Amino acid sequence: MYNYTGFDQSFVRNRVNEFRSQVARRLDGSLTESEFKPLRLMNGLYLQLHAYMLRVAIPYGTLRSAQMRQLAYIADRWDKGYGHFTTRQNIQFNWPKLKDVPDILDALADVEMHAIQTSGNCIRNVTADHFSGAVSGEAEDPRITAELIRQWSTDHPEFAYLPRKFKVAVTASEQDRAVIRFHDIGLRVYQKTGEIGYQVVIGGGLGRTPLIGKVVRDFLPKADLLAYLEAILKTYNLSGRRDNKYKARIKILVHETGLEELKEQIENNFATQKRVLPDVNPKILDQINAGFLEPEYQNDPVKPLIASPDFKAFSDTNVSDHKHKNHAIVTVSIKPIGGTPGDATSDQMRALADIAEAYAYDELRISHEQNVILPHVHRNNLQAVYEALCNAGLATANIGLVSDMIVCPGMDYCALATARSIPIAQQISERFANIDAQHNIGPLKIKISGCINACGHHHVGHIGILGLDRSGVENYQITLGGDGTQNAAIGTRMGPGFSYDEIVPAVERVLQTYLDLREHPEEAFLEAYRRVGVDPFKLALYGEAASLN
Amino acid sequence: MPPKFYPKIATSNHLLEGDVIYFSRPNWTRSMSQATVAETKEDADQLLIEASQYSSETVDVVLIDVEISTGAPRPVQFREELRTKGPSNYFHGKQAEHV
Repeated sequence: MYNYTGFDQSFVRNRVNEFRSQVARRLDGSLTESEFKPLRLMNGLYLQLHAYMLRVAIPYGTLRSAQMRQLAYIADRWDKGYGHFTTRQNIQFNWPKLKDVPDILDALADVEMHAIQTSGNCIRNVTADHFSGAVSGEAEDPRITAELIRQWSTDHPEFAYLPRKFKVAVTASEQDRAVIRFHDIGLRVYQKTGEIGYQVVIGGGLGRTPLIGKVVRDFLPKADLLAYLEAILKTYNLSGRRDNKYKARIKILVHETGLEELKEQIENNFATQKRVLPDVNPKILDQINAGFLEPEYQNDPVKPLIASPDFKAFSDTNVSDHKHKNHAIVTVSIKPIGGTPGDATSDQMRALADIAEAYAYDELRISHEQNVILPHVHRNNLQAVYEALCNAGLATANIGLVSDMIVCPGMDYCALATARSIPIAQQISERFANIDAQHNIGPLKIKISGCINACGHHHVGHIGILGLDRSGVENYQITLGGDGTQNAAIGTRMGPGFSYDEIVPAVERVLQTYLDLREHPEEAFLEAYRRVGVDPFKLALYGEAASLN
Repeated sequence: MPPKFYPKIATSNHLLEGDVIYFSRPNWTRSMSQATVAETKEDADQLLIEASQYSSETVDVVLIDVEISTGAPRPVQFREELRTKGPSNYFHGKQAEHV
């Protein structure tokens, strides 16, 4: 794993000291709130509905056991004993006190972590495929690119005040688990005629105007990456709208300018950048590469195992193939039945750290789907991992099923939210608690957002739920058919919204309709929806008369 | 027709703790039932001016609509109801500390 250099360490520690001074000046009245707010946001500190919230960056979702243990320590010492894993591979603490935040940042710096650029109109934490380096078919580990971008974008003076926030995701797989078509920039690392480079996608995004990203370069040589990113960001920084925050993302610039014209501007800028921007220092590249060497895999032959029904159920859903046949990838569900998606207690964090240390080469990943990944587990250790997860209350066997939902914090925490998300997820999860019922429904992605900003990715949910405020009352719209993968699709809104009490029964009707009309049990919800279209589902939701409108 | 006027109270978050607080002239309280209620628009404007004097203790003072129920203000908007109770996913908010 990548380790901080002396430069990284002093940079992060200096930022902590700087923020400590800024907090002191706010508390003694030297800074007003309007002066202090942008400073705290630059350090990941929000003020939410009930308290401050600190968002901590987990670059490309990768953690060592010691880092996970430190997060548990922070949760216990300065928060309420838990943390919330987010849809951008970060972790949020919901209850810190302002005076404690500099100490928390110091504790993070102790384990090479920080909260810089987790807010504000800058380049945010770079995300990556949570199976990076563990699946076959990758040209190289995409986190090498993500780390290079992290170093380039951290405190980049020109891009600290962009028209709006800017998100980059990287994958190296054909199967897109990083949602690259819905990011400001999505990169797919691949090999073309023996050379490693990138397919570059720009202008994707969710929020109030969901748009699928477009390919601006089908193949960009690896050596040109930073010059090309500079070109895109310079073009956006100059031409992106600053008159209306709702139209300020690069997706709007792409949409309003047109891909071809914008591409010409980017390419012209790129030609200039190529002349002025030096190639990346090979020493830096070597250092980054060294941080992503594969672990020394155990080569023990896989022993036959008599699996209990519960372990088999867990293996069927939560265990994926690894590029080494005697290893596997374990996805730990942070979606217990009736629980809050993405919330892990400090005890669970410590258990995950122990398991990773004992059985997974000391490595953990956070997925944008709010689960935790053990990316490299020898198959002989799967039973022991399962038992340890059972002891920690982390063995829910539901990955990819109806209860494995992406859910934003919603109005239970978020100051921007217009409705609650989590209680809807809790009800759906309890309604479909029976594992046989979940398997009968099959692969399904429900995604829930508590406002139009779409942090819960509802636009790309097979079933998307968007919570809104209608005259002070919560109201929930349903979209169907969204897809965040390489087959990117934006869900179609079914019609008028449903009240808080009506939304879960409405989801049940959608699922019953699917079960009734699927051609065979292997036809997944999304396949069936694409075959039959919206009509049967509208009928189920609104009845004969309304569905004809 | 002009929108219905609701009585108003001033609310904010505590600068140090982040807690939800309400202006109870001339101090701040964590209990909405003790908040000072402005019954007219003029009173509400004055209440906001007074509450905004405490910028070294508060973050972003705003007025919210309330209804008077059994002598105490209750929020009109669902969002404000949640702010009085804490998260609804399970009972663990700041409010739980005072039970």
